[in-house]
Amino acid sequence: MSKQMTGAEMIVEALKDQGVDTVFGYPGGAVLPIYDALFQQNAVQHVLVRHEQGAAHAAEGYARSTGKVGVLLVTSGPGATNAITGLADALLDSIPLVCLTGQVPTHLIGSDAFQECDTVGITRHCTKHNYLVRSIEDLPRILHEAFYVARSGRPGPVVVDLPKDVQFALGLYQGPLNVQHKTYQPKLKGDADRIREAVEMMAKAKRPVIYSGGGVINSGPHASKLLRELVELTGFPITSTLMGLGAYPASGDNWLGMLGMHGTYEANHTMHDCDVMIAIGARFDDRITGRLDAFSPGSKKIHIDIDPSSINKTVKIDLAIVGDCANVLGDMISVWRAEGLKADEEALAGWWKQIDHWRARKSLAYRASKTTIKPQYAVQRLYELTKDRDTYITTEVGQHQMWAAQHYHFEEPNRWMTSGGLGTMGYGLPAAIGTQMAHPKSLVIDIAGEASILMNMQEMSTAVQYRLPVKIFILNNEYMGMVRQWQELLHGGRYSESYSAALPDFVKLAEAYGGKGIRCSDPAELDRAILEMIDYPGPVIFDCIVSKEENCFPMIPSGKAHNEMILAELSDDAGVEIGSIIDEKGKMLV
Amino acid sequence: MNAIAALSPYASALAKSGTERHTLSVLVDNEPGVLARVVGLFSGRGYNIESLTVAEVAHGEHLSRITIVTTGTPEVIDQITHQLERIVPIHKVTDLSMQDRVIERELAMIKVHGTGEHRSEALRLSEAFHAKVIDATIESFIFELTGSPAKIDDFVDLMRPIGLVEISRTGVAAITRGAKGM
Repeated sequence: MSKQMTGAEMIVEALKDQGVDTVFGYPGGAVLPIYDALFQQNAVQHVLVRHEQGAAHAAEGYARSTGKVGVLLVTSGPGATNAITGLADALLDSIPLVCLTGQVPTHLIGSDAFQECDTVGITRHCTKHNYLVRSIEDLPRILHEAFYVARSGRPGPVVVDLPKDVQFALGLYQGPLNVQHKTYQPKLKGDADRIREAVEMMAKAKRPVIYSGGGVINSGPHASKLLRELVELTGFPITSTLMGLGAYPASGDNWLGMLGMHGTYEANHTMHDCDVMIAIGARFDDRITGRLDAFSPGSKKIHIDIDPSSINKTVKIDLAIVGDCANVLGDMISVWRAEGLKADEEALAGWWKQIDHWRARKSLAYRASKTTIKPQYAVQRLYELTKDRDTYITTEVGQHQMWAAQHYHFEEPNRWMTSGGLGTMGYGLPAAIGTQMAHPKSLVIDIAGEASILMNMQEMSTAVQYRLPVKIFILNNEYMGMVRQWQELLHGGRYSESYSAALPDFVKLAEAYGGKGIRCSDPAELDRAILEMIDYPGPVIFDCIVSKEENCFPMIPSGKAHNEMILAELSDDAGVEIGSIIDEKGKMLV
Repeated sequence: MNAIAALSPYASALAKSGTERHTLSVLVDNEPGVLARVVGLFSGRGYNIESLTVAEVAHGEHLSRITIVTTGTPEVIDQITHQLERIVPIHKVTDLSMQDRVIERELAMIKVHGTGEHRSEALRLSEAFHAKVIDATIESFIFELTGSPAKIDDFVDLMRPIGLVEISRTGVAAITRGAKGM
């Protein structure tokens, strides 16, 4: 159906046709026609953020918790540049976003007009694709294409830059039907011969491991279901990246915990000593692999990924299968069943015995305290008191994020929203707002640090305006904890600028915004205080005062291999200086 | 890139084999910014560009062909190919160096200053190389030369002692022999 309307009306119409019910944004001169069109309808709700970075992370939270494309709408110039951190974040974590940016009228482009910036130039490197719409004739096609590109293949952020004159212009609107992309057609179905070969390798494996990542989450809930089925069928151990948590349930028998720099001892040793590794929707990031030339040296590696450029990027793969995780997993299960394959039970029993030996090290253990709240204890209690509810967790970035990943256990996909690739402090609160918008009745908690939360604190105002009962659970140790930890390990304990001086009173801050503030510093009071937070029907800032110099362990020191992890117990031995474990090359790494 | 690679334990274990020169042919939608996407990919990820040419090849369909000469280990070349394929308006990437028979040509215009013996020597050499004189004054020539990059290098080296003023080169255009397209 084609209909005559203005560019601004087309934009709103296209949002409706794409099934968008929520847009996060901030108005400005170059998007006024779009805001006028939004004003005159009710199908698309606009959420007014307090900073455009907040809009981008809120759209990410919305997208990750629903599997839908997240949408943000910002003005030209500073509106666009403020959104960039969120776009870069979405690119690294493969989150589908459509970012609509206003632009000065086409005849002013390039003249250094007021609030002009080269948005497509600036965002070229931090988006999957971007468009500058030069005429009204192109607008409907580009809008629908943007959604297609954002959600297809390996998802990512797409920018559509909209000059103001195009928003005012009259043209014919076309719906999303008949839009077929001429160049971008990702391969979704895995090669049948390779799938057969992979399954046969798995049946012969003596020491297998499944290493799953965010790609399984992105592939949709069905992929997680199939992953569980494959684990069940084979009896293989499974670990996951930070981004992949929840695809396999943490309560599952075969779960090893997260792997990587702050992963469990058993997950990392299993990866190191395995003979067949099945990587599914994971990209061998440096936080995962540790020292590359010592990464799982004796294994054959199978890699399933929708993005061919992820294969052989850093680690040599023996068998690559390009395709969507759900398709490939489904085919693998069919072949396994059809050929009546069986895992090598005897070898697996021995392998599990070895894994149990590693598990017995209890690498997530920490020294409990009766006087101060240990941050790990705080996350554990939060987990215990919220696990039976309909809960979504977001985080900021740093120690608290790793403690959340280690001690909060996820049973389902799309419940865990964290900034993995870019490591963006300030992600958690706006992401919680986006998540809460998508799930108004659920409990949404941002596990935060006192430094990170201040980076997008202003979004508390958004939460209050839309009556979003998000809970901000701050592990307050008065340090940028991860920076402090690295300074302790690598820079002789010289805590350069990592102390959180002049902190606000978070309880009063919450009240100033119109929310509720709770402070707790006594372990004996913690449960009661957490329940008070949960029961409060509006937004809460929970200032959880935790022990100040706790380090996040276990840890693969930078530049070391999986089997060279350091554990908390080692750090307690007075004689061992952890700084001495990391060599000069390691110190140069991030 | 290689200097950093040698230092870092996170450097790819793949980056150990020798460096090769490859010619990539990239068919793209001729839309604004497409060249910036390609060039930005190379600079952003630290790949080398030895030469790059681009021109529209199918006017009606708005298709352009970019020919890129790059260097890297086979693994890096493979990455470059896959990374290029991720760019949305790219139709096709072909590593011509992996094909059997490739023709590579470059065009150069070479300005040479000289009088007397130098002048006649320049002219004699240009005939040996089948270069064309496209401009002449009493004391200068501009030669047009088409050939492989190596042939142009050779000619330029000969002109240097005679009185080379400046060179303008197009970069490599390449195509496979035989009836089949890319």
